[in-house]
Amino acid sequence: MNPRTHFRLVVLYVLVAALMLVLVGRLWSLQVLEGEHYRGIAAQNRTRDIVVPAVRGMILDDRGRPLVRNTSALVVSVDRTTLLRQKDGGEGILRRLSAVLGIGQDEITKRIRLCGPGIKRPCWPGSPYQPIPVEDHVDPKRALQIMERQEEFPGVTAQVQAVRDYPEPNGAKPAQVLGYLQPITQEEMDKRTGLKVTGYSGVDLVGRAGLEAQYDAALRGEPGFRKVLVDSQGRVTGTADEQAAVPGNHLVTSIDAGVQGAAENALKHAIDGARKAGRPADAGAAVVMDVQTGRMVAMASHPTYDPAIWTGGISQEQYEALLGKKKGEPLISRVTQGQFAPGSTFKVSSVAAAVKDGNSLNGIYPCPGSYNVGNRAFRNFEGQGHGPMNLHMALVKSCDTIFYRFAYQEWQRDGGMKPKKNPSDPMVRMARDYGFGSRTGIDLPSESEGRIPDRAWKKDYWEVTRAANCKGAKEGYPQVAKTDPARAAYLKAVATENCTEGFVWRPGDAANFSVGQGDVLVTPLQLVRAYAAIANGGRLVVPRLGVAVMRPDGTVAQRIEAPPAKRLPVDQKVIKYIRDALADVPKQGTAAGAFGGFDMKTVEVGGKTGTAEVYGKEDTSWFASIGPMKKPRFAVVAMVSQGGTGASTAAPAVREIWEAMYGTKDRPPLLKDGRLPSELPALPGGEGTAP
Amino acid sequence: MITGTGVGSVEGYAARRGVRSRLGGLRRLDWPLFVAVLALSVIGALLVRSATFQLLTEQGKDPEGFLKRHILNLFIGFALGGLVTVLDYRLLRAYVPILYGVACVGLVAVLTPLGETINGSHSWIVLGGGFQVQPSEFAKVGLVVLLAMILGEPRDGEIGPGRRDVLLALVLAGVPAVLIMLQPDLGTTLVFIAVVLGMLAISGAQKRWLFGLVGGGAAAAAAVWFFGLLEDYQIDRFTAFLDPEADPRGAGYNAQQARIAVGSGGVFGKGLFHGEQTGGHFVPEQQTDFIFTVVGEELGFVGGAVIVALLGVVLWRGLRIATQAADLFGTLVATGVVCWMGFQTFQNVGMSIGIMPITGLPLPFVSYGGSATFANMIAFGLLQAVHVRRRPFD
Repeated sequence: MNPRTHFRLVVLYVLVAALMLVLVGRLWSLQVLEGEHYRGIAAQNRTRDIVVPAVRGMILDDRGRPLVRNTSALVVSVDRTTLLRQKDGGEGILRRLSAVLGIGQDEITKRIRLCGPGIKRPCWPGSPYQPIPVEDHVDPKRALQIMERQEEFPGVTAQVQAVRDYPEPNGAKPAQVLGYLQPITQEEMDKRTGLKVTGYSGVDLVGRAGLEAQYDAALRGEPGFRKVLVDSQGRVTGTADEQAAVPGNHLVTSIDAGVQGAAENALKHAIDGARKAGRPADAGAAVVMDVQTGRMVAMASHPTYDPAIWTGGISQEQYEALLGKKKGEPLISRVTQGQFAPGSTFKVSSVAAAVKDGNSLNGIYPCPGSYNVGNRAFRNFEGQGHGPMNLHMALVKSCDTIFYRFAYQEWQRDGGMKPKKNPSDPMVRMARDYGFGSRTGIDLPSESEGRIPDRAWKKDYWEVTRAANCKGAKEGYPQVAKTDPARAAYLKAVATENCTEGFVWRPGDAANFSVGQGDVLVTPLQLVRAYAAIANGGRLVVPRLGVAVMRPDGTVAQRIEAPPAKRLPVDQKVIKYIRDALADVPKQGTAAGAFGGFDMKTVEVGGKTGTAEVYGKEDTSWFASIGPMKKPRFAVVAMVSQGGTGASTAAPAVREIWEAMYGTKDRPPLLKDGRLPSELPALPGGEGTAP
Repeated sequence: MITGTGVGSVEGYAARRGVRSRLGGLRRLDWPLFVAVLALSVIGALLVRSATFQLLTEQGKDPEGFLKRHILNLFIGFALGGLVTVLDYRLLRAYVPILYGVACVGLVAVLTPLGETINGSHSWIVLGGGFQVQPSEFAKVGLVVLLAMILGEPRDGEIGPGRRDVLLALVLAGVPAVLIMLQPDLGTTLVFIAVVLGMLAISGAQKRWLFGLVGGGAAAAAAVWFFGLLEDYQIDRFTAFLDPEADPRGAGYNAQQARIAVGSGGVFGKGLFHGEQTGGHFVPEQQTDFIFTVVGEELGFVGGAVIVALLGVVLWRGLRIATQAADLFGTLVATGVVCWMGFQTFQNVGMSIGIMPITGLPLPFVSYGGSATFANMIAFGLLQAVHVRRRPFD
């Protein structure tokens, strides 16, 4: 063998040995050093967690009638990830799916696109990694076509899922109270611990408003899971581990479907009536509260909507209708979120404040047609004078000038335009004690505070609006002056005053405040609670909708108790005095017309009308009532925005609700002996346990 | 001079022993090589079963179907190897032109409608009855013997082959290489290049030939790349090799899954037939090109090292046989086989553990596949044949 060949053979020996060592070295690093890492990946590789969604609990009324329950529906969902992995981006699958479902391919494409800025509904607001439901309530025959030809429909599943159903017992449709569900967002999903419903088995829904949101944790249940073994094609080859889903608990509420239905009807009648009389009547609310416990019996809000439209995809048109101003923003509960000037219904607070401030409860006070507050005349409603009267009659006849006088005198005592260091402001304080200007604490999300425009508020508001006012004071309103020089001059004067001393609590502010006008805003819920306090002897209860959380087997998981009530700082004597005055309003006062022929023997109802002026709009119509007067059980409030006087629009609605609860000659009562059920209801059979 | 005495003495030896020569030949076999190949074959059969029985069961077929065919292939293979061992390899020279011609005809045939495309390569001829032949495997044998004949011609005074011989060798090796490239079968083409380079080097060819070849090869590779002569999937495989996570469901999938399977095996593996990745068919082509992932997952680092060591034994014995061969022809035959097996081993194991790009090459003596098994066993027989007729004293 020649030396060159020999040498090169030796080189080859070394080369071969080196290559083999490289292989062994790499094997060592891969299997021994990184083995743990790859074992982890491998475990995910071969098992897949299929989350079995829990059936959401029902929401029941006080007698166990379901306001929200579940029905099963065949839902066809599309997995975006699988779709996008196709060569044609899933085009072919969607085309075939469109043919099977009979929905346009465009429409399906829209339903599975992700929501984002500038993207109109329908779109998918949930996580992109969840299967997206394209259609629920699919005909089983069509669903079968999809499941039988899986190779043509990769990433498409048809499954029986529980979807929300709204049976509307007794016509009760408290959409804003119940709220709605929406798919969980990616951020929420990341935050949530435990199992996440992300598999093909279903979409994780979260309560977005109303009771669905407030009691989401109780209603949701615990999803179960199935750990399945899969091969590389994703085919399930067996089950490794399984844990059943724990169905959600049911929520028993104090809503009484019968009363709720009656309140909705009464509100609708009031609004229809006001519209017939030529008023816009753009919104309204009707509330019934148990005055002893603070339990909400009925909460009707107008405009309203059908909560069933949230099930499945929602179209852009429907979505805009829900949120848009054009349709009156039906998602907003006028009971808890609507803020309106309360008008004379507010006087129950002002009377108490005046008495507490030293005015005699039994005194006689003049009620002229108008009263000069500072240099401005404040008039009674329609300028009518009534002569001297006691406070009882001031409430019954709804005299404003008595309250202007109380407010003006008090304002002067506090130092007038140059206020004392610690002004007493009794009316403002009393209003706050009645719970106005802060949330009631009801078990619903997004409650409004209302507004008590006190000195501090005026100062804040002045600072916010100062720049605009001072500009108007300096430059005037030339645009307005072209058509209406008088108005322009007036606006300039107002702007000048606001610019320089807008922060001052003026006598007009005090006078307006005393009769629930000016910048005072309350929610119907705050008002019904204030009247409930008068009815129950001065306890300012915390309103509650939830009564109990019940397990699917019918046992009680949790009784929902309201936080302790605060006491009104008002003497029982005064409360009783106010109650007596309220009792006379429907008999001989401002609501006598509306309650003409009302059967006071069955239930004696007292109340107060309110007609709040709103700048640039029609009056807000109010009627706040309590009853039965001997032993009050309920407070009922109705409000119609731009609905006219309290006597003409709201009072008849309240009357209708009382008559429905207690019955009339022609109509059996909804409540037996005027009582609500005292026991927790039995769960309805069947419906709650849909798959 | 040395060569001459070697040949003479073996012939004299065989002649002296007469009838006993066959038994004596058996005793002169390279037993470590034999044991290593036998061990690889047995382990390979078990791995083939592990890689296939679950899928076959799921498909409702005979779960031992692949195993049975593989065992049959092994028997035929060993028989072929034995036959080659017994034959005087020097007589092969006479048949080399025929062998070469048949191989080239086969390679042309796969490009005609007679050929069958499996996994993107037009590499098979279907014979009917479930049998198919992969001519490129046999072409490797043809190439080794052909080059050994041309480059191993007895020479006087010259240390290496002359220019004429080198050019002839390159042209004759180039024809089947181009035919294989057309299938396209990049892996086998690379085997060809490794064999040509190795055999040229050992034959004592001038360095300029070697460097020229390497440089030319690099230039050709660059040209192929830039002129887009590669199929898309081949480019994908190379880019996926550079970054397997880039497209875990596409081209990088195989590489990724292979690494997961091997990596999850740990030190001792999950036990034969107990690989979950293997059972779930996460790695494709697991009984052939990716059989090493079964080793890695089920037998762990220990098993993988044993397989590599056994293949190392084959290569070591092959090189030893090359060193001790009676003539340059024998040295070159053994060298060619070592380069072939060595490159294929490194490439196959390397792609399973992520240090080589993916090309379709089986693991010698271990992977399933009739043509490959037969060709490997013939090569094994060639090594034994050279060994049996080695120089008597070393």
